Amino acid sequence: MSEVKIGAYICKGCGIGERLDTDQLEQIAAREGKAAIVRQHEFLCSTSGVQSIQNDISAGDVNRIVIAACSRRAKTEAFRFENVAISRANLREGVIWVRPDTEEALELTQEMAGDYLRMGCAEAKHMTPPSPHVESTTTREVLIVGGGLTGLTAALEASKAGYRATIVEKSGELGGWAAKLYRRTPHRSPYTDPQETGIADLIAAVQSDANISVQLDATITRTSGSPGRFFVDIATESGATRTDRFGAIIQATGFTPFDANKLPELGFGKSPDVVDQLGLERLAREANGGPIKRPSDGKDVRNVVFVQCAGQRSQSEGHLPYCSGHCCNTSIKQAMYFKDANPGVDTTILYTDLRSPGNGEDFYRSGQKKGVIFTKGVVKEVVPENGVLDVRLKDLILDEDVAIRADLVVLATGMVANSGVNIDAVPLDADKDAKPGEAHIEIPIESILNLDYRQGPDMPQLRHGFNDSHFICFPYETQRTGIYAAGPVRRPMDMVQVVDDAAGATLKAIQALENAGLGRAAHPRSGDLSFPSFRREGCTQCKRCTVECPFGAIDEDEKRYPIFNESRCRRCGTCMGACPVRVISFENYSVDSVGQQIKAVDIPDEFSEKPRILVLACENDAYPALDMAAMNRLEYSAFVRVIPVRCLGSVNTIWVTDALNGGYDSVVLMGCQKGENYQCHFVKGSEMAHYRMSKIDDTLQQLQMETERVCTYEVAITDIHRASQLINDMAATIDRIGLSPFKF
Amino acid sequence: MDDLNLAMRDRYRNNFLQEVEANVEEGEWAKMCMQCGVCSGSCPFGPHWDHPPQEIFMMIRANKREEVLSSTSMWLCTSCYNCIVRCPREIPITHIMHGLASYAQRLGLAPKEQPTRKFGLMFWDNIEKNGRVNESILGIKLYFMNGFKEGVKTAYKMAPVGWNMLRTKRFNPFALIPFLHKRCKKRSDIQAILRKAQQIENARTVRFGTAGG
Amino acid sequence: MVKKEYMFYPGCTAESLASGSNYMTSVESMCEVLDIQLNEIPDWNCCGASVGYVGGSELPRLALNARNLAIAEQVHPEQDVVATCAACWLGARETRDRLEEDNELMRETNEALAEAGLKYEAKQKVRHMVEVLIEDFGYEELQRHVKKPLDGVKIAGYVGCQTNRPFGIEGESFENPKYLDKFVETMGAEPVEKYDKKVSCCGGGLAFSEPEKSQALIKDIIEAAYDGGADMIVTPCPVCQMNVEIYQDQINQKYQTKFKMPVVYYSTLMAVAYGKSAKQAALGTQIIRAKQLEDIAGRK
Repeated sequence: MSEVKIGAYICKGCGIGERLDTDQLEQIAAREGKAAIVRQHEFLCSTSGVQSIQNDISAGDVNRIVIAACSRRAKTEAFRFENVAISRANLREGVIWVRPDTEEALELTQEMAGDYLRMGCAEAKHMTPPSPHVESTTTREVLIVGGGLTGLTAALEASKAGYRATIVEKSGELGGWAAKLYRRTPHRSPYTDPQETGIADLIAAVQSDANISVQLDATITRTSGSPGRFFVDIATESGATRTDRFGAIIQATGFTPFDANKLPELGFGKSPDVVDQLGLERLAREANGGPIKRPSDGKDVRNVVFVQCAGQRSQSEGHLPYCSGHCCNTSIKQAMYFKDANPGVDTTILYTDLRSPGNGEDFYRSGQKKGVIFTKGVVKEVVPENGVLDVRLKDLILDEDVAIRADLVVLATGMVANSGVNIDAVPLDADKDAKPGEAHIEIPIESILNLDYRQGPDMPQLRHGFNDSHFICFPYETQRTGIYAAGPVRRPMDMVQVVDDAAGATLKAIQALENAGLGRAAHPRSGDLSFPSFRREGCTQCKRCTVECPFGAIDEDEKRYPIFNESRCRRCGTCMGACPVRVISFENYSVDSVGQQIKAVDIPDEFSEKPRILVLACENDAYPALDMAAMNRLEYSAFVRVIPVRCLGSVNTIWVTDALNGGYDSVVLMGCQKGENYQCHFVKGSEMAHYRMSKIDDTLQQLQMETERVCTYEVAITDIHRASQLINDMAATIDRIGLSPFKF
Repeated sequence: MDDLNLAMRDRYRNNFLQEVEANVEEGEWAKMCMQCGVCSGSCPFGPHWDHPPQEIFMMIRANKREEVLSSTSMWLCTSCYNCIVRCPREIPITHIMHGLASYAQRLGLAPKEQPTRKFGLMFWDNIEKNGRVNESILGIKLYFMNGFKEGVKTAYKMAPVGWNMLRTKRFNPFALIPFLHKRCKKRSDIQAILRKAQQIENARTVRFGTAGG
Repeated sequence: MVKKEYMFYPGCTAESLASGSNYMTSVESMCEVLDIQLNEIPDWNCCGASVGYVGGSELPRLALNARNLAIAEQVHPEQDVVATCAACWLGARETRDRLEEDNELMRETNEALAEAGLKYEAKQKVRHMVEVLIEDFGYEELQRHVKKPLDGVKIAGYVGCQTNRPFGIEGESFENPKYLDKFVETMGAEPVEKYDKKVSCCGGGLAFSEPEKSQALIKDIIEAAYDGGADMIVTPCPVCQMNVEIYQDQINQKYQTKFKMPVVYYSTLMAVAYGKSAKQAALGTQIIRAKQLEDIAGRK
């Protein structure tokens, strides 16, 4: 490691120069921070300011930079320098914008700024500039698991972007369920009539594309490696297995239709004239535009009833608790099969909440114009009687029990994800406390990817068996870097959404394999060059890092030491927070780089009545919330010192105990929402931190300290007022319970 | 079928909807309702309707012909047009309510004692006879629409209002004397136009079985 | 400005010794100041209003309105048809719009009109007097004629239903139209902000047939005006004006209220602000006297 040469640059712009004594800050950086070079500049982010920093770097005078100016979230383009470690002392959003501009406030405000200078220099001293760890070249080929609409679209998208793709399809033909439809719901204007599926053309395009190879009747027996270099064993029907190398994987394994035999009350299995939506597609294909016939006697259907939400959006045992999204539009489409052939056929759609996403509203209207009747009601049972079906329902608008006689009943059942093995499943007897709605969905489970990861053979499921990491914030990303879910395996969806999904997942796959080749993080810290390493001699092989990694990035070797798979890693630092012996670190983010900042703060003695509150704030939500509080000039206590962390999951409890031992009066942790509706950017980081901090009370009691001194909060990026209020609340608490006894 | 009304079985066939589409003003819109209920919530007399518009639309689809056409509900429409401007489907609800009432009236199914029905008939009668409406005549007639005895009571109750109108010259006490109130000159023209229009409309009315669909 | 001429459809309420005769008086005064000439449609007939549907079905009602428009088209095809009454405007405008849009209805209507030797071609626009004031004059021009600003009067702008829905005044919202408030300001008075019942229904024609239910609505309309600190209510509709003004004694009896809220037309305000006498503004025809306006009108 080269000699540490710190350059500290103090900006006087944006009012910093007027509000603070920057000469004093310069002295602190030089004397206490041991900065080799300290410069003040009127506007540091200006060309001349940036140039002055670059000149020092180029001259070899500095290799650690402390920028004492605005928040690290501001002016990131200007303050980007190669081959140096950079620390940001937040004098603007962190100090002058949250403090009153008064004579009385001056002393404490200046103290705040002084500490941030000390912290910046301490951090810089303990960081090394990260450099790319290029293990090998990447493979520019995408493996696509599943040859339905999602897989076909993904393969073509990859090819169009200049990448090779291989489709592995379990069955003997391409096209999936989409190929079994008579028509699809419209995906082009004017959204009024069913349209051709277009699947045959898509299959032809795939087959004639030189970038795409297709493997039918094939399964995956083993997947190992990491983004850029996955090694995949593909077994074909003949029994032969070959190993191919891929840069990224798209899982497009789709869905299995819900088993309608579980709905005897709706007549399924009791009469052949009760079918599910796929059954109706079959009848429609047989009719091919002519009158659709009843399965029982082959007579023309004159009165058809569609039952929405059959066995779904239901809390009943064995039903699906969720909405499958496409079924209302599908029933409208199927009612049109009848109306378009013969307007005299009565078609009634029984719904409780009609949901027609996308351009479905136009389609819904078109259905109404064609005379499809929509009745809001709950179907109680369907009873076959003398060759007709008696559909008994409660009309929810007219509030009465009624019955409709139908020749044919179509049940709109749901989609069950083909997501493989649920690696987080708990044994049935341990599941007594399972929440209603999370009822077990039993499907024959074979692993799809057969990952040889330590954490299990398939991807973690988010909810209801679907493979994803967050439905809204990070679609496709899953919890396994380099493997992307698209289509109904990710969440229930229709064909229009599938096409978007396939394109999105393909782009993510390309991003991952390209970044892997450059030794950089794929997402969400896209482009990050830092990477965790561990000190082997200190490791106790406790496996906490491998277990707690939210992304399955860490395997174990035969001696149970961790093996970090660089390109699977998302650089959150949850492993670093987990390590009880603190041997895991990143070049520019480590137990020391934060710990030394905590130590660098000047702790006044107990007689000066100046408490110190340490805030460890997640850089994704809580820290920007505090920045925005500053932009709104919301004032908070001058006794607080805020350190941004990559994720609350990276917080090692040693920081908390060291701070308390060192005389801090309080520690506040601010992370993202955890739990079922989590907003944590690293899925489980905030959850892990809350869990770890739940055990801190014992430590506090051993230290004979009040447990109120340490608080962990979930703070959203929108909690602008709350974030600063939480700080002030803690200041009030300290005021009430008194200073820490550990002041020296 | 114990607890279910057997007679309701065929209700959900679409006959009445077709009748409404063919014969009721703007009736072809009835099928476009999406049951959001904004109309019902926006109606100034909403709480007084046995079946608010949302329900009327559902009843039409449920083939409840007699119940719809004999309902007092549509007669409570004040023509405020709130439902129309708020309907997300832009259904001309006010017109359909008027159309249903008017259709019920033509078929003789409208509730006989409904006051707005009586008032409306007098109003139209006034137009047919004179070309214009004379409020004073209408007011006096209206008081007596439930018979002489009731009329005297109503007139007594309304007397202060009438007196105020008279005092401010906004009421014509001599309106009942035909040559003292203003009428259209070409009354026979108007009558001929109305007669012809009714003829044309009758000719295009679709006959639906009197059996009630 | 040059004299502006319009074909005028006054409607039944505007006739002498009818409820809206006061509206006519003030409109005439206002038009005199603005140099507007209203050419009454010869031998016009009733529009059918909101209860016409009971006796008259679709085509007879359209034909009834089309007769007025056909006559107007014969007399001055180059002039717009203007109505002051909400129902007349709505009936005439709806007829025009529907017939222009629907060739079949137009054909049938003309077949009926032919009985009287008339033919309608939907050549003219049908407009409300308020639209004429806003579009052909504008608030600035309307203000230019103010001689006696209505200082110190606070007025609730009650827009009601049919001037607002389903057509409404161009550029205004259904839920919170602003033009009456702007008129009030233009005449130098103070509008009630956030008048809760601005576009609520007064019962309309059903005030005759359903008095109890209608008076409950009217009570809320007046109460909200008091809540807003109003001295009086202004409205563009003769039915609103009548309903909200004349039943206040009965409402007071039934609900133990002490309402005494004058209800005037926008034209009343304009006539007074333009310096016309109390008689020319028809202030004497108020059942509940608008004392402040009388004072201003009485000033030299």
